Amino acid sequence: MDMSQYQDLFFEESTEHLQLLNQNLLALENNPERLELLDTVFRAAHTLKGMSATMGYESIAKLTHEMENLLDKLREREISMSLAIVNNLFKAADLLEEMLKNYRNGNNQEYDIAKMARELFEINDYENNLDFNEVEIDSDIWQLRVKILESCVMKSVRAFMVFRNLESIGEIIKAVPSFQDIEDEKFNDIFTIYLATDQKKEQILPCICSISEVSLEEYKKLEVMTKPETCSLQTQQPEEKQKVHKTVRVDITRLDKLMSLVGELVINKTCLEQINTENNFNGLNETIEQINRITTDLQSVVQNVRMVAIEQVFNRFPRMVRDLAKDLKKEVNLILEGKETELDRTVIDEIADPLVHLIRNALDHGLETPEERLAARKNPEGLLRLQAKQEGNQVVIIVEDDGKGIDIESIKNKAIENSLIKPIELEKLEEQDILNLIFEPGFSTAAKVTDLSGRGVGLDVVKSKIQSLSGQVYVETKKSQGTKFIIKLPLTLAIIQALMVRVNDEIFAIPLANIDETTSLEPSKIKNIQGLQVVILRGKVLPLFFLQDILSIPGTKQKGCMYVVVVRKGEQQVGIVVDELIGQQETVINSLGKVLSGLTGIAGATILGDGSVSLIIDVGTLF
Amino acid sequence: MEECKQYVAFMLGEEEYAVEILTVQEIIRWSKVSRVPKAPNYVKGVINLRGLVIPVIDSHIRFSLPEQVITEATRIIVFRHEDAVIGLTVDLVTEVLSLDEQNIEITQTVSGAENVFVKGIGKLKERLLIILDLSKVLDLNAALNSKVG
Repeated sequence: MDMSQYQDLFFEESTEHLQLLNQNLLALENNPERLELLDTVFRAAHTLKGMSATMGYESIAKLTHEMENLLDKLREREISMSLAIVNNLFKAADLLEEMLKNYRNGNNQEYDIAKMARELFEINDYENNLDFNEVEIDSDIWQLRVKILESCVMKSVRAFMVFRNLESIGEIIKAVPSFQDIEDEKFNDIFTIYLATDQKKEQILPCICSISEVSLEEYKKLEVMTKPETCSLQTQQPEEKQKVHKTVRVDITRLDKLMSLVGELVINKTCLEQINTENNFNGLNETIEQINRITTDLQSVVQNVRMVAIEQVFNRFPRMVRDLAKDLKKEVNLILEGKETELDRTVIDEIADPLVHLIRNALDHGLETPEERLAARKNPEGLLRLQAKQEGNQVVIIVEDDGKGIDIESIKNKAIENSLIKPIELEKLEEQDILNLIFEPGFSTAAKVTDLSGRGVGLDVVKSKIQSLSGQVYVETKKSQGTKFIIKLPLTLAIIQALMVRVNDEIFAIPLANIDETTSLEPSKIKNIQGLQVVILRGKVLPLFFLQDILSIPGTKQKGCMYVVVVRKGEQQVGIVVDELIGQQETVINSLGKVLSGLTGIAGATILGDGSVSLIIDVGTLF
Repeated sequence: MEECKQYVAFMLGEEEYAVEILTVQEIIRWSKVSRVPKAPNYVKGVINLRGLVIPVIDSHIRFSLPEQVITEATRIIVFRHEDAVIGLTVDLVTEVLSLDEQNIEITQTVSGAENVFVKGIGKLKERLLIILDLSKVLDLNAALNSKVG
């Protein structure tokens, strides 16, 4: 598959993520204790890794993977933050930037990632634990491993003597275990001291060896202040010519502004028409006709600019799934449905990352290997279904696999292990609540960290991202039958095809997705069955509902021919009776705002060409 | 110095009302209101405010006044209230005026259903202005809930 169409997008997004990474590293440098910054850095690196792997830029993926390993240790507090680490992370970010630039200019160069990783991320014990600020610049640092005889009775006293002697010739920067532990005799015969001193080896050694029952196991001088070698990319700098892009990424707020300006134009156009009909100036008519056409075009163009088919996001996945499946030695059948569902640009931009996470999770943790599947009497080929559809005033995206499902017990164990919850509280929870724990930060049931997922960043990122789009995410799972993630996003500004209908002088929009067919209706054909009005449509009984009654529209019922819109509500077909079918139209859904939210039967409002508002019917809740 | 605020004064029937000018986003001419089924009766409907759909409250029903007659002078005052934009129909916008805090009488003595909406009575020479408590008038949620409950 040709990935080139996504290249620009990739580079734009990567640059953003890199920027995020840099920003947060800066903040982290100033506040090393703020772990949430570390999380952001981690996520940025994680996303960068995923994206570059999808695009086939292995070097970036590998380097970010190494970076993640280090960050993970920091997050788990296995090692603590130090200036040296922050510096190296910055260097890594610079390297990534350089790589991106090279790739962007079409320079597909392979890098020696292993070497870079060694230089940047394999930090020895000393550097891990020491803050450079404390070290006097002109002293040498010595690492001394001191052993106290096993038979020694008062080890802490011996250790104390070692400290005292060493302090007379220099400054002890650090001891492992800590001073406190050594004093309390919490150590196994051997401890390590870092000493800053100007003295030579000849002066240091006697300080230790002169004490009885104490011996120096090992000593070495550390190269502290020598800066880690900058690993340069071995490329001759190509001429910095940036390619010209044909797409422009526009701030969505500008589009909003544009949209409201167009709206204003439409209203004033209608005013102009009004004035014209009242006064009938010469020649004004034609001009108004022109303005009319232009504003209509303008309106539809501006509306369409915001809407993007979800296809753009979905199309990245087949390649990704294929590669992942290969890596994991799994067989996967990926089904994409509802590619044409349109979503607002803002949502499209944001929804890709969570979907990548969910798909990775499904492949890595959800689906079993062919052998396991055969053993469980399943098709060796796993099924991964990605579905987008519009449902009422929401867009629903479903990521579904037929794998082994999520094990509730292991969630419980993991939750307790990660102290997300107390065992007593856990007892009280319903199964669904326990399942929802997987969305908590720092949660992961995967036993081992793989290249793909399982670091516990996945689902909490997914959830926070979707919530930031004011959507919801649910999970359903059945043991050995599969897992289903359901994402629901609000439809603000989504464009739908709708059928415009009239009842008396009110106009309503019925989403086309709900409509099976329309037909005309002679009042004489309506029959009553137990107080229910029905009509026989091709041999089937169709219950009828008059929109006028349901929505209590004022006025009398129309005599003569009426129309029935046959809609599907769940499994059942029902007919909605209206006075007139006006026609099909693309409508932008506006929410009614929070003050009028929660009205049943109404999915939102749409603004008609003449500037008036008509309501969109939510078939799901109408009856 | 006396606390002096500006108010927008308007007529509803024979009575003159006022609201603080800082709560007002704009005043627009009457435009066709689309009825919203199942909404509370005092919600006249929704209008299109330059691409934004906003609810409009029928002040006559809200304040239990005789039915409103739409005339040339009818206006919709658009308020921005707690992130929501809401319109209120009025019969006539008279003027923008300044009122000293001194001249406003906080009163609970006005009886009748509408007094929950009244913050006080402003006195300006011989005129009496009913100063509205907008948070009560526009708080549709509370009204909806109380209607359900």
